[in-house]
Amino acid sequence: MRHYEVTFIVDPVLSGDEVKSTAEQIQREITAAGATIVAVDEIGLRQLAYQINRRSSGVYYCIEFACLSSEWLIKFELGLKRNDRLLRFLTVKLDKYGIKYNDDKRNGLIGKKKREAAAAAAAPPPVQEVPAPQVVDLDAV
Amino acid sequence: MAASREDVKFLSNPKIGLRHKKYCRFKKFGIKHIDYKDSDFLLQFINEQGKLLPRRITGNSLKYQRRVSSAVKRARHLGMLPFVADLMK
Repeated sequence: MRHYEVTFIVDPVLSGDEVKSTAEQIQREITAAGATIVAVDEIGLRQLAYQINRRSSGVYYCIEFACLSSEWLIKFELGLKRNDRLLRFLTVKLDKYGIKYNDDKRNGLIGKKKREAAAAAAAPPPVQEVPAPQVVDLDAV
Repeated sequence: MAASREDVKFLSNPKIGLRHKKYCRFKKFGIKHIDYKDSDFLLQFINEQGKLLPRRITGNSLKYQRRVSSAVKRARHLGMLPFVADLMK
């Protein structure tokens, strides 16, 4: 099984429904070609580092899928190129380290903050009872 | 009378002037895959103008410097990192 990852940017001027329907249409194309979708990551609206087609932001989607044969990919990419609603797309073949990295990322094993949160949740720091300081009234002595 | 280096050492931090051994962070920590979508991580390898930093500065091995380079170029294509910039960091 070959694993691929396609990241594409949808035009942000479209309404939320149209953006979602564009992403779903691409998902349907992938499953119709016989590939199994491993994960769909909607990164959402993001500022672009430079203007693309005079737009300064875009809705990012990342779809990871696995398939046995890959001849349909060329036609799939041609379809993406002709799609008016996409600004950019990039298809990448994932090697075994890439697959493992994506798996770990989905399970939350990557990232220092996530590991710290997991460690803190697992072993809460012991709460020590601090005895209240005795109030000594010096004037009464 | 000029102070020799041995004298200076005890007056200030004795570790001044020691060069830290540069290492490839990918080889050291066993990171095998560089995600092109992680622009915060890739910021470590570009300078304020958005240009890729040379290997002798970052300390990467050749294998991983090439992977970093292709990851940065992919991120640039996807609009996550700029091609040219000013005061990026």
